[in-house]
Amino acid sequence: MDGAPEVLPARFAEWFAARGWRPHPHQLTLLRAARDGRSALLTAPTGGGKTLAGFLPSLIDLAENPREGLHTLYISPLKALAVDIHRNLQIPIEEMALPIRLETRTGDTPASKRQRQRLDPPQMLMTTPESLALMLSYPDARKIFQGLKAVIVDELHALAGTKRGDMLALGLARLMKLAPESRRIGLSATVAWPDELAAFIAPGGAPLLRITGAPGPLPEVSILATQEDLPWAGHMAVHAIREVLEQIRKHRTTIVFVNTRAQAELCFQELWRLNDETLPIALHHGSLAVEQRRKVEAAMGAGKLRAVVATSSLDLGIDWGSVDLVVQVGAPKGVSRLVQRVGRANHRLDEPSRAILVPANRFEVLECRAAVAALKAGSLDGDRPRPGELDVLCQHILGMACSEPFTADELYLEVSGTAPYADLARKDFDDALRFVENGGYALGTYERWQRLFQDSLGRYQVRSDRVAQRYRMNIGTIVEASMLKVRIRRGPSLGEVEEYFAQGLLPGDTFIFSGQLLTFVGIRDMAVEAVRASGGLPKIPSYEGGRLPLTTHLADRVRGILADPKSWRGMPEPVHEWLRLQQWRSVLPEKDGLLVESFPRGDHQYMVAYCFEGRNAHQTLGMLLTKRMERMGFKPLGFVATDYVLAVWSLDPVEDVDTLFDEDMLGDDLETWMAESSLLRRTFRNVAVIAGLIDRKLPGQEKNKRQVTFSSDLIYDVLRRHEPDHVLLRATRADAASGLTDVSRLAGMLARVQGKISLRRLDRVSPLAVPVLLEIGREQVYGSALDTLLDEAAEDLIQEAITGPMQKGLL
Amino acid sequence: MLPPPKLRSSQVTLSLSGIELLLDASGALIWPEQRMAIIADLHLEKASAYAERGVPLPPYDTLTTLERLEAVIAAHDIAQVVCLGDSFHDGGAGARIAPCDADRLRRLTAAHDWIWIAGNHDPEPVEGLGGRVVEEEWALGPLTFRHIAARETGEGEISGHFHPKASLVVRGRRLSGRCFLHDRRRLVLPAFGAFAGGLDARAGAFTSLFPSGFDTHLIARERLTTLPRGWHRPRA
Repeated sequence: MDGAPEVLPARFAEWFAARGWRPHPHQLTLLRAARDGRSALLTAPTGGGKTLAGFLPSLIDLAENPREGLHTLYISPLKALAVDIHRNLQIPIEEMALPIRLETRTGDTPASKRQRQRLDPPQMLMTTPESLALMLSYPDARKIFQGLKAVIVDELHALAGTKRGDMLALGLARLMKLAPESRRIGLSATVAWPDELAAFIAPGGAPLLRITGAPGPLPEVSILATQEDLPWAGHMAVHAIREVLEQIRKHRTTIVFVNTRAQAELCFQELWRLNDETLPIALHHGSLAVEQRRKVEAAMGAGKLRAVVATSSLDLGIDWGSVDLVVQVGAPKGVSRLVQRVGRANHRLDEPSRAILVPANRFEVLECRAAVAALKAGSLDGDRPRPGELDVLCQHILGMACSEPFTADELYLEVSGTAPYADLARKDFDDALRFVENGGYALGTYERWQRLFQDSLGRYQVRSDRVAQRYRMNIGTIVEASMLKVRIRRGPSLGEVEEYFAQGLLPGDTFIFSGQLLTFVGIRDMAVEAVRASGGLPKIPSYEGGRLPLTTHLADRVRGILADPKSWRGMPEPVHEWLRLQQWRSVLPEKDGLLVESFPRGDHQYMVAYCFEGRNAHQTLGMLLTKRMERMGFKPLGFVATDYVLAVWSLDPVEDVDTLFDEDMLGDDLETWMAESSLLRRTFRNVAVIAGLIDRKLPGQEKNKRQVTFSSDLIYDVLRRHEPDHVLLRATRADAASGLTDVSRLAGMLARVQGKISLRRLDRVSPLAVPVLLEIGREQVYGSALDTLLDEAAEDLIQEAITGPMQKGLL
Repeated sequence: MLPPPKLRSSQVTLSLSGIELLLDASGALIWPEQRMAIIADLHLEKASAYAERGVPLPPYDTLTTLERLEAVIAAHDIAQVVCLGDSFHDGGAGARIAPCDADRLRRLTAAHDWIWIAGNHDPEPVEGLGGRVVEEEWALGPLTFRHIAARETGEGEISGHFHPKASLVVRGRRLSGRCFLHDRRRLVLPAFGAFAGGLDARAGAFTSLFPSGFDTHLIARERLTTLPRGWHRPRA
């Protein structure tokens, strides 16, 4: 390693040698950049010594120039990661006896320690974006941070483009103001948008060195060739669980990733039903009690488990050396996500990660093949980071006012210097500031009750300690749904479900939770009370938790496979045959353009559109299409959306699909629907919490059961009527367009297919349409479709609710 | 196939102690014979109460509530209005109410026989806005009007206070809204105020009030939906 001696001091070189390590080239490059005071973005695969690379310059600087005061700030998206890095970094510090104090500060840090950290900060502090925002809101923030030399942002790819990322970018801008000399280091996995990440770390074209670590060997990813029947529809892959168990048996430690909490529950249960040898297999997902998750993680760390069934709750996190296989049950939905999951096996650079994909149905076979091809080609997906959101800006403005006085001009300059807010209009900033000040309503009745006041220099300051206190209680951009604990009788809590889900349960309904089939008894003392059920399939499939739509990139590849029979080679015979039948009975969807099939079945006429734009966009499309079909007189009755297609049924067959799918549906119809949509209401609630209008519910702050809940829906209705252009409503619409309704993606598709829509009239259902028709009545209808009920089908549904069976079966 | 039952409409009639009453989809109860509107839990000036504490909720709640009230009064040709308490969110409401809203309310109270029953939020309803104050309860014919339902009551009690709401999910879709609850003896009204929240009809409070169950009339999308007794209990 030439060049190593000149940058690596002897003490460090010896320490590396004593461990039998050689510094990675990217570690040395980063070291040189730091010597020159340059910021850097390091992109490297997991296991590449990325974190040590980030810290090495600070360790050396502090070893050579010992000093007091905060020197290096490390920011990670996960508390657990901050704690783990702390532990790992303690080793070189102790072994080389470096004069460095290292501390962690997260939401779990006791108040006394936090207080002490403010008065006497350590040289190195490991924290999260939320804790950084909190520290920056202190009046003594300047004192704490002015001597800062380096800021390390870990797992940057997981933060950029999210609201947490917006919050962090604003925090970094403030740090830059308090400590203009400090360097920044971004650590990231490989992403599809490296320029955007670079801009995040060094906004406005500031100098930045981009370093790319050597790629590890390509992962070995295969698709399970099941011996069982491959289902036409469904997402649970129950057919393949025996084969998954076989793989677990053959490996040391396996992580079985699934896409939703419902899948996790069912998969775990099925594994244990077949687990005659009682291999230690655990369950991990975001609804389980924290203590239970920590227990599972500890058992994993100690190598005591043979497998853990997990959702995205384990996508990020601490490395477990013993994991030698990753199984992905259900299609991966995105390439970047798959890369991340696969990377959790064998965190060692020199060995390839091993993974097996388990498609749950025929379409998922195509999706899995598309994902493997993308992985081999090294092409990634993920959306380009969207602009910063106004609700986060509101929160930040209040935080800054809690810290020290500012003028509107100064703060606008600071904020628009960040990458997410680079294009922020001054009007939007001013409206956000007005909102923070007193709500910003046109009706000026609140001028008596300002949260901020302007001093004689025109600088804004927070009016009272109470306002600052309330801000500090509400920091953060993750708004948890209101949760209820789940108990068996009066026993200990098994975990939590969304209140929304619990409210839909009727006594006697069965559902799976924490690996058990439970019967709902009632809600008592703000907890769901249940008893163990005797067996059978759960009546209520489960709650939404964690479903992500298919990415555009993967969808493109699936379309490519469908359109090109040459690429079918090696596909399982049933899938092969299915596609050949489609070719014969109808046509295959083309790579560009849009295939629409229309056929009668029973008393109804069906229209199936092969859009491949993901479930959310399809649901929005379904809403808009049925409205338009109503007007055109086709008498639509309902629709169902999957990740791949949309099916609409009506009394009369559709004609003139060009008009039906015209882009102008995104005009007034969309506007009208969005305004009334329950999705928008839910989005508004999150926006209102983040912007500081509504207090978040804090854990432990149990609602008094007689206390009347305060509804954000009511605020939404009143605000929409009287001030439709209020900054919070603008924020809500922007948020919804990119999130749950996926309007942006729908718009892209409609534009792409104009003039290229082909209608295929068939006398009966086509092979490719079978899966979606099987979803009818089985698929939970979420979000947008919920609204159709209230307008059109209420009588029937209520009748069904009262007299008929609810949800029949799961598969 | 059976014809679909008529379950949704903008009004529902029921009889309590022999009196014909009309449930209105606005959340008001109408006694047509008396040209009386009965309204619960207006919570006027709730938003400004929050704003005073640094939570700037939109200041349009009083205006919105008064507009709704005017609409009910006009639609049913109302002569008398009985407000079942918690009409004002707190004692400071009178000092905070915008002059134009106060004038609007004064015009209403002047034009109708207006009764404010005191509630826990407004034990002393705001003065200077017209109407007469009744502290505990008020009765007319066989009906008794209270803020909070009494533990023991005869037939014919009408009250507010609890802000009942109901939700049920069918095939993953949710119907949710404020509701009227009643049995043979008593009727609990939903909150009328624009920013008044709600308490789930399955809460224990209602089980004690209605030991042998209750009927539910749910307000969703400006319509009333009648859920039969026991909709919230297990089905066979």
